[in-house]
Amino acid sequence: MTDVAVELKDVSLALPDGHRLVNEVSFLVPAGETLVLVGRSGSGKTTILKLINALLTPTSGQIRVLGTKTTEWDPIRLRRKIGYVIQEIGLFPHFTVEANVGLVPRLEGWDEGRIRTRGRELLEMVGLDPERFLHRYPRQLSGGQRQRVGVARALAADPPLMLLDEPFGALDPLTRSEIQLEFRSLKRRLRKTMVFVTHDIREALILGDRIALVKDGRLARISSPPDFLSIDDPEIVAYRKCLDLP
Amino acid sequence: MNLLNYILSHPGEVLQLTGEHLYLVLVSTIVAAALGVPAGIFLTRRPKWSRWVLGAANVVQTIPSLALFGFLIPLPFFGGIGERTAIVALILYALLPIILNTHTGIVGVDPAIREAGRGMGMTDWQLLIQVELPLAMGVIMAGLRVATVISVGVATIAAAIGAGGLGTYIFRGVSMVDNQLILAGAIPAAILALLADFLLGLAERWLSPKGLRTR
Repeated sequence: MTDVAVELKDVSLALPDGHRLVNEVSFLVPAGETLVLVGRSGSGKTTILKLINALLTPTSGQIRVLGTKTTEWDPIRLRRKIGYVIQEIGLFPHFTVEANVGLVPRLEGWDEGRIRTRGRELLEMVGLDPERFLHRYPRQLSGGQRQRVGVARALAADPPLMLLDEPFGALDPLTRSEIQLEFRSLKRRLRKTMVFVTHDIREALILGDRIALVKDGRLARISSPPDFLSIDDPEIVAYRKCLDLP
Repeated sequence: MNLLNYILSHPGEVLQLTGEHLYLVLVSTIVAAALGVPAGIFLTRRPKWSRWVLGAANVVQTIPSLALFGFLIPLPFFGGIGERTAIVALILYALLPIILNTHTGIVGVDPAIREAGRGMGMTDWQLLIQVELPLAMGVIMAGLRVATVISVGVATIAAAIGAGGLGTYIFRGVSMVDNQLILAGAIPAAILALLADFLLGLAERWLSPKGLRTR
């Protein structure tokens, strides 16, 4: 394994009309690091994630994941090496929690015994009692429980890299901060490389090893959390104000 | 009571015509499903085609059934007098609800679910078989149910081109101005339609995924 997990070099994604959703973005994520992308809705954060797991193809520039260019990866193989969590979670409503969590291992052809053991292990890891939850369907879960199952599902085949797109965005503030803290300790234990998208600056400060500000498809600033807030950029100043009580 | 008497005094004939009727409906619906479900799936993969194919199926639906039977008679192979022509016409009628519902059902699957599946590395085929089809099953079955019920009705007209079925009584009754005879065809046909609807309703419940059932 190389020690750079994700590398973007001058990556752009242009629409047919020439408008660039992502504009000359370059960054490196060393293995084990969490990079948080913050920015307004529509700034291109989500698009950057989808370029990394080859759901989208850049119109120019180059992306390397785990040492290999995304154009050289078989997209299916690449995506199975990447845990992917989206805000809407996208649990399969006709699968039990156990089947949802076991999805990627099953696609990868693990034997059933191993899938079952892994399912229990994962639920415990995300703080859900396997006895109570393994056989439920997604509609029988609360928002926070679903989000935990979503994280467990993404971790199932122990991928070296995780992409998280506002995974806790739809939760109420209390559940959200509870889950953020749990996720931070989980992250420290698992030492995975993560690219994490959020528009919540608090979340970025809690979870990021480095924070990048995305603005109009460009990577405007990148810095470690303590320094991030002191950067003199109008948008970062605005973020800083979000943290103050009125 | 004349009607009941008529049916009871000709049990063999009533059964035979009902059998012919069922045969027309079953064969045409099965063929229409075998063509229509894959066609509906194909359209979800080639959205540009969907307007044309759904448009064509819609046009077929607007042709009055008696006229459609008439149009088919002069055609080689598909046409002529008899049950083959009737089955072709019934297939054409059943296609629209089946293609349309298959397409609508799959397109209606929550995009987040599809994105999650693709993002986790499911192939298009795995996504179709494990996710899209099961989640669309209720809508697809509803289309099949509509197609079947329509077929039971339209199949009564098949008698006009010599394909048999319960329409035989209806046409005979019309030409003899005998209401009892018309009812002897119409009532069993109505019962068939209700029965088909009921059975397919059960199948729909049984086939739709457990996690989606509210009860």
